[in-house]
Amino acid sequence: MSDSFVQLSDVTLMYGKSTAVPELNLSIREGELICLLGPSGCGKTTTMRAIAGLLNPASGSIHIDGRDVTRVPANKRGIGLVFQSYALFPHLNAFENVAFGLRLQKLPASEIKARTEEGLATVGLTGFETRKPAEMSGGQQQRLALARSLVMKPKVLLLDEPLSNLDARLRLEMRTELQRVQKETGVTMVFVTHDQAEALALADRIVLMQSGKIEQLGTPADLYARPETAFAADFMGFENIFRTEGGKVVTDHGALELGFVPQSPMLAWRPDGVTVGSGPHQGRVLATSFAGAHREYVLETALGPVKADADIALPEAAIGETLSFDLPEATARPLAA
Amino acid sequence: MNTSSRLLANWIILGLTLTFLIGPFLIIILAGASDTSYLAFPPEGLTLRWYLKVFTVESFRASFLLSMALAIFGTLAALLLGVPAAYALNRYDLPGAETVRTIVAAPIIVPGIIVGLALLRYLVVPTGVTVTLALFMAHTALVLPYAVRVVSSSMHNLRADMEEAAVLLGCSRFQAFTKVVLPNIRGGVLAAFILGFVTSFNQVPVSLFLSGPGVRTLPIDMLAYMEITFDPSVAALSALLAFMSLAIVFVAERLLGFSRYV
Ligand SMILES: Nc1ncnc2c1ncn2[C@@H]1O[C@H](COP(=O)(O)OP(=O)(O)OP(=O)(O)O)[C@@H](O)[C@H]1O
Ligand SMILES: [Mg+2]
Repeated sequence: MSDSFVQLSDVTLMYGKSTAVPELNLSIREGELICLLGPSGCGKTTTMRAIAGLLNPASGSIHIDGRDVTRVPANKRGIGLVFQSYALFPHLNAFENVAFGLRLQKLPASEIKARTEEGLATVGLTGFETRKPAEMSGGQQQRLALARSLVMKPKVLLLDEPLSNLDARLRLEMRTELQRVQKETGVTMVFVTHDQAEALALADRIVLMQSGKIEQLGTPADLYARPETAFAADFMGFENIFRTEGGKVVTDHGALELGFVPQSPMLAWRPDGVTVGSGPHQGRVLATSFAGAHREYVLETALGPVKADADIALPEAAIGETLSFDLPEATARPLAA
Repeated sequence: MNTSSRLLANWIILGLTLTFLIGPFLIIILAGASDTSYLAFPPEGLTLRWYLKVFTVESFRASFLLSMALAIFGTLAALLLGVPAAYALNRYDLPGAETVRTIVAAPIIVPGIIVGLALLRYLVVPTGVTVTLALFMAHTALVLPYAVRVVSSSMHNLRADMEEAAVLLGCSRFQAFTKVVLPNIRGGVLAAFILGFVTSFNQVPVSLFLSGPGVRTLPIDMLAYMEITFDPSVAALSALLAFMSLAIVFVAERLLGFSRYV
């Protein structure tokens, strides 16, 4: 297994005169499922299009499987791409959609038939051969698009937010399906999403991006527990992020004395890391909602609003009441500026 | 307005529409069958001899073939230019695309009679190209705007990522065009062909100036014929041509459901 099966080195991607992705460096391991995660417009699609060869880098190089493909055209790279819109061929039925690439390779008819049927079976579309894409549901179209790329046995399979058009249940189903297909075929997968939960659930590693740059790269557990910047922390659900000054946390609203002296310029707490019902500080309840296993509070404090999850066993505090709370050292996540 | 009077109004409008659309058609069919030596309506007696005579008029046969050839090859040439033009206008954010669209539409705006005169005065006379070639060029130019328009509108909903998908599956850009774009605009191309064919075939003003010895399109020939002979055979010929157009549209509709594209 190669540690840099796909290697982007100082890749700069531009649209006309505007730079979408500046000097990106990224190594993708063979056989892994890597997620590009980030807010809208951060350059996820742009990066994928560069790997696929649909967009030429203004500078830098791209290596796939040890070969420099920077100037290799898209149809010679052996890369599959499942588009967000699926981009199925409306004039062809499901079988012909999947067979499209195989036919271009001029394979014997028997092999085309066998591989196409196998591909349809892999995504659970046996029996849909003669349907046109327009006669299939969103989930079926998505699986068809996946099969169309898979039968080509690509070295790398890129998926651009393939689940975003599906409803919550189908999305969960397809997630499991994708993982299964990936483990079964061992294909290297790059998966784009702006859904944090999806990335955490699917990925072997997550590349968190912001404005064309990699903010942090790591395993889901890593990113979830140890975000390094305010941006990463915010993306991973640390909803309380404050600057530090000596033994205090400060915001534009005010400051709070901590029970310890922080060593980092910033600290972050998840709502469930904030202690509610006891502690040295007071906050007035601004909003409260029941979330099953816990109760969510928004507290008006000296720092401005603080989000805190309280144990369901605690008596409910109404809006306007005062609750005591603490920002404990144990659950604080130190952040770089 | 209550429902029944609205229904009545609808029927009246439908009736009037059909009268104005089909009425002239019925009139020429009947006028062409009048058993008189002059054009008459209502027909006095019925005969098929004018319909038969049409086929015996030597100049009609020649001009019919010329008009046919112009309509077919002129329209094909227009499509050969128009399909790539429509593709480029749709796909690429070309500088001046709007200007190109306006220029392409110009022959629709400029009166044909001026185009014909201009071609005669500034193409045929100074360069000495044959009238047939000038006619071919004129008809191609005439049909081009329709080709670009109709093909453009059928290409409008075709997403660019389909071609990219085809490329990633191994197509060259050109193959992606022939294997993915063309099949999906087939109906639009056929619609453009039929529209172009009919437009070219019935074209009078441009061709009016572009005729020479033995070189006349059918409509011009019919005008010339009427100046000398005022018998019902012109009506009969018109009726036959109308049937031909109908047949073409009918077959196209059957094959491709072409009314979706116009
Ligand atoms: N064709 C284009 N021309 C000019 N700028 C573009 C083009 N496509 C994208 N951009 C710009 O490049 C940047 C990155 O866009 P990109 O499509 O890669 O974002 P993304 O991360 O995929 O976002 P999303 O989650 O919304 O799909 C954005 O600022 C965008 O405005
Ligand atoms: Mg995108």
